[in-house]
Amino acid sequence: MIEVKGLHKSFGDAHILKGIDTFFEKGKTSLVIGQSGSGKTVFIKCLLGLFSYEKGTISYDGKIFSELSEDQKRDLRAEIGMVFQGSALFDSMTIQENVMFPLQMFTKMSKSEMEDRADFVLKRVNLDDAHYKMPSEASGGMQKRVAIARAIVNNPKYLFCDEPNSGLDPKTAIVIDNLIQEITDEYNIVTVINSHDMNSVMEIGEKIVFLQYGLKEWEGSKDTIFKTDNKAVTDFVYSSELFKKVRKMYLEEKQ
Amino acid sequence: MIVFFTLAVTKLNMTYINNIGLYFLMIKEMFRKPTKWSVMKGLILKDIDDLVIGSLGIVAFISFFVGGVITIQTALNITNPLIPRYLVGFATRQSVILEFAPTFTSIIMAGKVGSFITSSIGTMRVTEQIDALEVMGINSLNYLVFPKTVAMMLYPFAIAIGMFLGILGGMAACVYGGYTTLEDYITGVQMDFDGFHMTYSFLKTFVFAFILATIPSFHGYYMKGGALEVGKASTTSFVWTSVVIILLNYILTDMLLG
Repeated sequence: MIEVKGLHKSFGDAHILKGIDTFFEKGKTSLVIGQSGSGKTVFIKCLLGLFSYEKGTISYDGKIFSELSEDQKRDLRAEIGMVFQGSALFDSMTIQENVMFPLQMFTKMSKSEMEDRADFVLKRVNLDDAHYKMPSEASGGMQKRVAIARAIVNNPKYLFCDEPNSGLDPKTAIVIDNLIQEITDEYNIVTVINSHDMNSVMEIGEKIVFLQYGLKEWEGSKDTIFKTDNKAVTDFVYSSELFKKVRKMYLEEKQ
Repeated sequence: MIVFFTLAVTKLNMTYINNIGLYFLMIKEMFRKPTKWSVMKGLILKDIDDLVIGSLGIVAFISFFVGGVITIQTALNITNPLIPRYLVGFATRQSVILEFAPTFTSIIMAGKVGSFITSSIGTMRVTEQIDALEVMGINSLNYLVFPKTVAMMLYPFAIAIGMFLGILGGMAACVYGGYTTLEDYITGVQMDFDGFHMTYSFLKTFVFAFILATIPSFHGYYMKGGALEVGKASTTSFVWTSVVIILLNYILTDMLLG
């Protein structure tokens, strides 16, 4: 479990995170949502230790991140998989080499064992025939799937995804969402997704944290988000006519 | 106005001091938590190919022709018949070994190798590839900068080739331009040879090689922004690498030969 207590983060005079308290559980797909500039990316980068923070604690299964030494932090990070918004694949490596990279760095596997494992995860993300392509030759959806394959290849305990659906068509976005949820269930890992894709919220949001102006405005799940009367959440989630209708239908059905 | 000016200068100085501190911290961090040798070996070989072997062509080309130009300029400026013609060979050898090959070539390399290093690391920063390394628990400075620094330790070999070709270029200019005889040129090249000049020259080259690997890496690694800033970082890196090479050249020359 990842537990966050009283997290504060500022950049100069700009107070971005103003005391966030929340937790993310194993085997659940958790989404952090909010408008652009609400502090989602800063929050996820603080969780990953890419940004330092002024106040508060972040603990991974009881280990407080800020109290770990640099080497301990790096050991912990070896248990983290991350899917970046722009995929962040290594340009100079093929897709297979990208996926094998964490294995090369952290395991004593032989080359053939690494190739087998890379084959397995690439199949898992439905990429059977892209092993020798360079990242620049792959489409946006393929790159995202490679990034997911790279993130899970070393059996991480924690999976973070920063806007995994950005720039993807709706069909591919659903494939990516379902893939992340399946992986979370299958490997029983803590998954935290940073998103403002409302389809993802409705589809896979087993836990949803809504941030606004650096504060945790609301917390719930894909079921409770339909029922909430929190104005900030309803204004954000049901801003489109389509989602307003979906919500109306859902509430009428429940009555 | 004076207060404003003083504050601006103080702020600028603080930025420089901060950057110098950050540079030395980068050097320290580069040696911590080393990458697995099986991976590092491949990175070093790739960087030797990119940075040293990839630069041999331009080093050879420039050295040969600049050697020729030094010879022509020296020969044309010796107008007094009392000055022996073999001085052309002597002057070419001294210029090439002491300054041209180690210093002038290094400044050219600050443009070629330095820009390559800054833009490749800077692009990795912009596209979050460095963040990806960090999140995986990899010491990104060791992974990115250390192999470049080790690879650049072979840079003196390129300079040795540059020295040879510079002197050879001078000889070609003499013979084909008719500025002096081949015998005179060779006599001049062999005259009063001091082995310590080679030691001095290679010592400088090792220092410049370290600078050529680390200053451009610093500018790439700590850059902020997007594609435009990668270009700006490459330019800044070239300027600072050249400035540091010239300053260190002065200091080392004064220390070793002064």
